[in-house]
Amino acid sequence: MTLNQQRKLKTLITGLFAWLVALLLFFPIFWMFITSFKTELQAISVPPSLFFEPTLDNFKVVQDRSDYLLHAMNSVITSFGSTIIALIIAVPAAYSMAFFPGKRTKDILLWMLSTKMLPAVGVLVPIYILFRNNGLLDSRIGLIIIFTLMNLPIIIWMLFSYFKDLPKEILEAARMDGASPWGEVVKVVLPLSVGGIASTGLLSIILCWNEAFWSLNLTASNAAPLTAMIASYSSPEGLFWAKLSAASTLACAPIIVFGWFCQKQLVQGLTFGAVK
Amino acid sequence: MKSLSKNTVACAISLATAITTANAFADTQITVATVNNGHMIEMQKLTPEFEKANPGIKVKWVTLEESVLRQNVTQDIANKSGLYDVMTIGMYEAPIWGQRGWLEPIDASGDYDKKDILPSIRSGLSYDGTLYASPFYGESSMVMYRKDLVKAAGMEIHDNDSWDHIRDVAKAVNDPDNGVYGICLRGKAGWGDNMALVTTIANSFGGRWFDENWKPEINSPEWTKAVNFYVDLLGKYGPPGASSNSFNENLALFNEGKCGMWIDATIAASFVTDPSQSKVADQVAFAQSPQEVTKKGANWLWAWALAVPVATKHEEAAQKFVRWATSKDYVKLVAKDAGWAAVPTGTRESTYQNPNFLEAAVFAKAELKAIKSADPQDSTLKPSPYVGVQFASIPEFQAIGTTTGQMISGALAGAMTVEQALNNAQKAAERQMRQAGY
Repeated sequence: MTLNQQRKLKTLITGLFAWLVALLLFFPIFWMFITSFKTELQAISVPPSLFFEPTLDNFKVVQDRSDYLLHAMNSVITSFGSTIIALIIAVPAAYSMAFFPGKRTKDILLWMLSTKMLPAVGVLVPIYILFRNNGLLDSRIGLIIIFTLMNLPIIIWMLFSYFKDLPKEILEAARMDGASPWGEVVKVVLPLSVGGIASTGLLSIILCWNEAFWSLNLTASNAAPLTAMIASYSSPEGLFWAKLSAASTLACAPIIVFGWFCQKQLVQGLTFGAVK
Repeated sequence: MKSLSKNTVACAISLATAITTANAFADTQITVATVNNGHMIEMQKLTPEFEKANPGIKVKWVTLEESVLRQNVTQDIANKSGLYDVMTIGMYEAPIWGQRGWLEPIDASGDYDKKDILPSIRSGLSYDGTLYASPFYGESSMVMYRKDLVKAAGMEIHDNDSWDHIRDVAKAVNDPDNGVYGICLRGKAGWGDNMALVTTIANSFGGRWFDENWKPEINSPEWTKAVNFYVDLLGKYGPPGASSNSFNENLALFNEGKCGMWIDATIAASFVTDPSQSKVADQVAFAQSPQEVTKKGANWLWAWALAVPVATKHEEAAQKFVRWATSKDYVKLVAKDAGWAAVPTGTRESTYQNPNFLEAAVFAKAELKAIKSADPQDSTLKPSPYVGVQFASIPEFQAIGTTTGQMISGALAGAMTVEQALNNAQKAAERQMRQAGY
């Protein structure tokens, strides 16, 4: 086998393996998607039917029963709103820690991360009471606050590692050219790490979009996002798989489309450190 | 940078627009928290009728998964946050919450006709003679079986057969090679899942949750015999993986034609006889629950009911809605909209007196008989201090029932012996009761 053939074989095997993993990851979504076009009886049939007459009834039921637009709007507002606020707080925080580290910077970073190690249910009651006393229950503002706090540690960590990879000499050069600290951030740091910020923002949006614990506990009718809508299709007594799949498909669709369009930024951001 | 700023601008605009166009409600808005089931979906669909009859009241629905609903309404009610004006609660919560002063008594004025509500259901939702939740559907448990398979196996099933006979039928019908299992029963852990059924078996075998001094009796000889019987029956003649099956999983198996018998909630009767969701709709027959050494406590009693929490800011509107949604007229409204087979059952005597309903629902008589025969005040052979057939109506029961359910589910899956499971459950229950000051 020549070197060229070996290389081709290696590429083929890697390609096949990548496809296999991708299909494996995609399968649950595919299954959810096709189940949403089945009747309840087809959805539970064993062995599962792959060929069937598709129906749109489940989507009709979801449209009739749930205020999809309200839930989708709540999801969009809370995930984008909290991400914007979190980025506004996190960019200066990560900047100061990356370029002007103090004696305790590492400890602060670790402490921030440690807040993610506490199970959310552990602070449910105090947060619930705080929300009740401040009139934040079932409000979009309330969810935005909780999502912001929830994602801040991850966002700061990610930005910190992107900023840390920027060559300090560029900043020094900017300073020598007379740039103020604000100008340094806006004109040098931000343009250089745009990929990293975009991918951090996208990750935060996805995490907020998929969040269910706080959404279910802190909202009722007005601010409930799509995750709460999906939960409403689970039934203690009665078949619901097809309708649940339809609700899930409708809930996933916007974020999948959004992710598709932002693929470039996402990949660029995730490989930011690797290609430098 | 260009694409980022575009995204950012778009997001900021949508955020600003949405926040400024946020909710503005001119009318009294009541929020109803509920579970997802057929009767509730119908009620949601008919809500415009209520709004038409009561201008100025708007109804908002929050549908949640059962465990999330329990958690949310408990949180809401214990913290008096007033998120919900009407909440769906079960027969377990109604008397406990009524006693604690968390619920407003049901306003039974006008043509509500409290006496028309089935006595066992009414008493289960009351505390000290006051009705704290209005039932919208009630259920008991019974045997649903495939008459074709049972006949082909040369067997018969009657009302209140012995559990031993049920085992014989399960053995005769069991044909796993052809995908038919003798019996399908709940195995998934939970006080409302496997423990609802297991408690009725334990009751039939002469067991009880607590003695007269509130000492748990979960590892008593009666319980041990009952749970051994259940594990053996389901292990030998049940479907594989039975320890993770509850109502929906068994419903799916039965509707697919894979169960010879299924003992579960009477509400299932309307699903298994519905040709649009069951492959065996025309082959289903019903019988009253099996018994063993006593006829007491053989079939459970449960109701989903609407209650008004004291923290509501719109009590009058909430009471109005509850009265409307659980009235005799509402039953007629559902019949007009979706047919008599779809009306909520197990709540009112008048429903079972309606010839149209009796004609449309083949299961009606069996269901009424099961509900009427369940007595939450007297469900065990030896006297017990608690109210409830498949549960004990005390706050500590939820934790005790769930732990016991996990142990028994573990025994069913083969992780431990029945004796070990019951001893563990007994210890946990004793600790729980001691902590609660019993």
